[in-house]
Amino acid sequence: MMKLEAIIQPSRFESVKDALREIGIEGMTVTEVRGHGRQKGHTEVYRGREYTVDLLPKMKLEMVLPDALVSRVVDTILKTAKTGKIGDGKIFLSRVEEAIRIRNEERGENAL
Amino acid sequence: MPEVSKAVDEKLAQLDQRVTAAQSSADNAWMLVSAALVLMMTGPGLALFYGGLVRRKNTLAIMMQSFALMALITVMWALVGYSLCFGGNGPVIGGFEHAFLRGVGAEPNPDYAGTIPQMTFMVYQLMFAIITPALITGATAERMKFSGTVLFLTLWFLVVYAPLAHMVWGKGGLLNAALGGKFPTLDFAGGTVVHISSGVSALVCAIYLGKRTGYPKQPMPPHSLVLSFIGACLLWVGWFGFNAGSALASNSLATSAFVATHFAAAAAALSWSAAEWLKNGRASALGAISGAVAGLVAITPAAGFVAPMPALVIGFVAGACCYWMVTKVKAIFGYDDALDAFGVHGAGGTIGALLTGVFAQQAINPIFGAGKAVGGLDGHWGQIGNQLVGVLIAWGFALAGTIVLLKIVDMLTGVRVPEEHEIQGLDVTQHGEEAYNLEA
Repeated sequence: MMKLEAIIQPSRFESVKDALREIGIEGMTVTEVRGHGRQKGHTEVYRGREYTVDLLPKMKLEMVLPDALVSRVVDTILKTAKTGKIGDGKIFLSRVEEAIRIRNEERGENAL
Repeated sequence: MPEVSKAVDEKLAQLDQRVTAAQSSADNAWMLVSAALVLMMTGPGLALFYGGLVRRKNTLAIMMQSFALMALITVMWALVGYSLCFGGNGPVIGGFEHAFLRGVGAEPNPDYAGTIPQMTFMVYQLMFAIITPALITGATAERMKFSGTVLFLTLWFLVVYAPLAHMVWGKGGLLNAALGGKFPTLDFAGGTVVHISSGVSALVCAIYLGKRTGYPKQPMPPHSLVLSFIGACLLWVGWFGFNAGSALASNSLATSAFVATHFAAAAAALSWSAAEWLKNGRASALGAISGAVAGLVAITPAAGFVAPMPALVIGFVAGACCYWMVTKVKAIFGYDDALDAFGVHGAGGTIGALLTGVFAQQAINPIFGAGKAVGGLDGHWGQIGNQLVGVLIAWGFALAGTIVLLKIVDMLTGVRVPEEHEIQGLDVTQHGEEAYNLEA
């Protein structure tokens, strides 16, 4: 099992979600987050006072996948989340030791 | 024959009465609408304008300050306020003849407004007394105690507003232009009484209270310019009641003041935006609405004295000057006039009062009598001197009164909230509630 975390542009979120549904991904957890990597923020001016806004709004998708699905999901996200500009975000993958469904205590990939 | 002539006389007297009644009805209708418009400027106009400019945690607190004044000043007005402003004929302050609204009823008061019930005049003037102290809360925003605010502004109304209103508008007042003042200052709708008094007092408050914790290092952007936008538009509309209503009748002078008001607001919105565009490369919504308010402030004393073209000039100058005050002067001196009550009302009011002396025309309002020049371009340059006296007295009164009252209130209730309350926000610490319960 792999855990996939993708931080993407909010404007791409709907397309990514639709594309994942098409390839049969059933579950995900989504959070509205703020942050930045290499993308610089922008400045806002209110009555002459300048503010630098460097923490930009992003969407974070988290899902735990059976190993067989990982590369398809990654490809799908890469294809749909990409705009080609700085700020498109990142995908992180990590191993997951165990998954347990709370309702019936199923374990492993069956719990996904 | 004498019987015929008696009948004609009677008929004429009847007609005369009907004409008077008809005029009174028309004037009264406009003045009641105007009174309602001016109240709308405080709530919701100013409350929304200021409410959007503060950080989220202080929204209700600043709105509540405006609303509290709607209630408080109304009661004070009924007890003594109206009488102190418009009773008696002393040079500095009115008397107690109308205390508890004694003698204020359906009969007009010919000194002020001969065609409408004095009660209409009374309630119209009340709305000015409400918004004036409310303007000051823009400078004390996000850090002044509710108890201190309420006490200070109530005292301020008695000690600063009432004398100034009487001096400028009251019979026998030192600065009254129509009713025998020594220095006849032209102030149609409150450039000195409302805007200089509140704006200058706001500056004193900002300096006395000190900066907000974290200012200017920590960003404090407005939490909702949408609220401010709606508020500013309500202010613009309400201002027609404020300025055109100050004709105290539904006549051509009211129209003239209405037009001047509108034109000045438009010109100032453009000049503030243009200044911003040149400086930052973009014109902001906050800049445009701030400019409009600055223009409305500056045209206030001039509204019933100037033609539309000078109104455009006044607005244009005010928009650019107030932009400079708010963006440059404030930064140079470093005072924390949180929502720019001084930068817009103090500066705009002063510019407007002085330019009124330049552009006032007898063709618009022959206030000094038929054939007598009114303002500078009319041929009466001495009027600028009178305007200057009015401005200086208003500044002096506001400065001195505010310092003394702040010291007194500081001893009684304190004026500034503790730092941890400021960080937590005034909504929770002063009022025990929040503007936005997003999880509710």
